[in-house]
Amino acid sequence: MLKVRNLHARVAGREILRGIDLSIQHGEVHAIMGPNGSGKSTLARVLAGHPEYEVTEGEVLFEGEDLLDMDPEERARAGLFLAFQYPVEIPGLNNAYFLKAALNTMRKHRGEEELDAMEFMTLVRERMKQLDIDEAFLNRPVNEGFSGGEKKRNEIFQMAVVEPKLGILDETDSGLDIDALKIVANGVNAMRSAERTFLVVTHYQRLLNYIIPDVVHVLTDGRIVRSGGKELALELEDKGYGWLEEPVRG
Amino acid sequence: MAPSLEQYKTEFESAQRRRRTAESAQQTRMREDALSRFLELGFPTTRQEEWRFTSVAPIASQSFTLAAPAVDAGPVDVTPFRFRDVCAAELVFVDGHFAPALSTRSALLGCVRAGSLAAAVSAHASEVETHLGRVAPFDRSPFVALNTALFADGAYLHIPAHTVLEHPIHVLFVSTGGGAAPLQSHPRVLAVLGDNSQASIVESYAGPGGARYFTNVVTEIVLGQNAVLDHYKLQQESADAFHIGTVYLKGARSATCASHSVSLGGALVRNDVVAVLGGEGGGCTLNGLYLADGQRLVDNHTTIDHVMPHCGSREIYKGILADRARGVFNGKIIVRPDAQKTDAKQTNRALLLSEDAQVNSKPELEIFANDVKCTHGAAVGQLDEDAVFYLRSRGLDRSEARRLLIHAFAGDVLNRMPLESIRIGVEEILQRQLAHALDAAA
Ligand SMILES: Nc1ncnc2c1ncn2[C@@H]1O[C@H](COP(=O)(O)OP(=O)(O)OP(=O)(O)O)[C@@H](O)[C@H]1O
Ligand SMILES: [Mg+2]
Repeated sequence: MLKVRNLHARVAGREILRGIDLSIQHGEVHAIMGPNGSGKSTLARVLAGHPEYEVTEGEVLFEGEDLLDMDPEERARAGLFLAFQYPVEIPGLNNAYFLKAALNTMRKHRGEEELDAMEFMTLVRERMKQLDIDEAFLNRPVNEGFSGGEKKRNEIFQMAVVEPKLGILDETDSGLDIDALKIVANGVNAMRSAERTFLVVTHYQRLLNYIIPDVVHVLTDGRIVRSGGKELALELEDKGYGWLEEPVRG
Repeated sequence: MAPSLEQYKTEFESAQRRRRTAESAQQTRMREDALSRFLELGFPTTRQEEWRFTSVAPIASQSFTLAAPAVDAGPVDVTPFRFRDVCAAELVFVDGHFAPALSTRSALLGCVRAGSLAAAVSAHASEVETHLGRVAPFDRSPFVALNTALFADGAYLHIPAHTVLEHPIHVLFVSTGGGAAPLQSHPRVLAVLGDNSQASIVESYAGPGGARYFTNVVTEIVLGQNAVLDHYKLQQESADAFHIGTVYLKGARSATCASHSVSLGGALVRNDVVAVLGGEGGGCTLNGLYLADGQRLVDNHTTIDHVMPHCGSREIYKGILADRARGVFNGKIIVRPDAQKTDAKQTNRALLLSEDAQVNSKPELEIFANDVKCTHGAAVGQLDEDAVFYLRSRGLDRSEARRLLIHAFAGDVLNRMPLESIRIGVEEILQRQLAHALDAAA
């Protein structure tokens, strides 16, 4: 469903991604690990279409379509969802209003009926219950004054509402205590299906105890230097990244 | 005397001839003193610190005629400017003159006075004269002086002690413009709230699109002990009009007032708000939202004067500037030597929607007490591109994302205004004006 070939990208005049290859099938969960500054978030943002990042080489196919040719909103409507490492605070924008606008735009583009206020509330309440989110939350401005953990939970909540085909989770586990981590992981697991795919960026093996990946990739210095099964995460937890100096292509 | 001032003297003299019988000697003397003061001061220039970024030359160089009383609003339809919800009274003024036929006072409690100031000046002279001209001093401001000399009428609102108004009072000043002979009007509002009283007062200013006229308003508000006031000034003059407005608020012990300023119209707009916290334990909230596009200029000057201890003030002003518009914000907070335990917070932000829009903003803290908490923050910038991306990544297209963010920016201030009908009304006007500004920017 996602095919990344020799992807190079730069930001602020510096090349950050230096030839990424990645192939993910429907229903799989892939994890990406790697040291700080290695380019994990850059990869996530490039996939989501952040205009600040310039793709200089390579291609990305999403469900067979040229992803790089699409605007960020088109990617979202096509079913790509990025849970941000640092969700943006938007004072004055009501959470419920925003989410309803987003959901209905997506539904419209998918040729589905827009939800009215009642249907929307029913859906949202159900998702909030799953993620143990308080209802008062709906009337708060988007992410404003949220704790780090609340912001992350809000990202997963949004994802659960819009039900994307591909969820990219950028360090959604950072800043969560173990209870919140379990709730988030359960939320993600509840969404797993043969059709839905996840790309999970994390520093910690801990998350992968709950969201069990099919493949683990190691990203250092803008390249994937090692890919393996879920045991690779344990090995990294043990030995760090130092032993993976030589890139392994394939 | 500069030739431009001569016309005001002439207008004054003929207005006084018409008025002679109605006003007391004290009142007449005040008007004469105010006129002399205006002639001495003349129109401000950009060499004066208070007017550094705002040239009033377009006003000074034109002539405006004082409007004669009219029986109705003539060609102007006041319907769109009426209050959209139940109100205790709606007083409508056309070119500064009270229009009883357009006004309603149905839902008013018997003891509350809400009506023509000119009528009150003769009917309740001593009551009115206790406050009129004593809250807003005219010796320092030529526009206050000019208003004091020339005001024909305005609203007099008196809420007796222990009276709580359930619904707001709306005071609507509509200008007809005057066409080839542009009009000037100098509306005056005096609101007196007795001890333990509570009220919401909304002032609106409006005129027909494309009309060029000059409105120069002065509002004086006196709050008794423990009184609570929610005050709004909604300025939606014609985009070619000149609007100069001064609001003076004075609160006694434990009085709480909020004054919200929404400035959407006008070619050249200056709003001065001065709040004097003159009794212990008082509180004051100033919220402001302004929008300017085209070549328009909106200048907001606010002063919060902490005179007594244990008072709190909260101020948030936000501006949205498109095209080649200019904004000015100057927020002064004075903490006098006796005003220990003052807690003051000021925030001021401006959103620039084009490269050519600009804003000059300056906080001014004058603190003479030592045990106080005073903070201020200012930020001027374009829309946050990360926020735009965040919304786009949720499926909203770029223009929709921008629109939502601008409304969110405004909503942050609007949501602090308790009257829902005001919030909804302003939101609708914003929708229209911003749609235009965004199209221009795209
Ligand atoms: N918008 C930007 N402007 C300038 N430099 C950037 C920008 N985004 C990323 N970089 C740089 O690119 C490099 C990779 O950053 P990225 O955020 O992708 O790392 P990461 O692997 O996600 O790190 P972390 O684990 O700390 O989240 C870093 O050196 C970072 O400073
Ligand atoms: Mg990162």
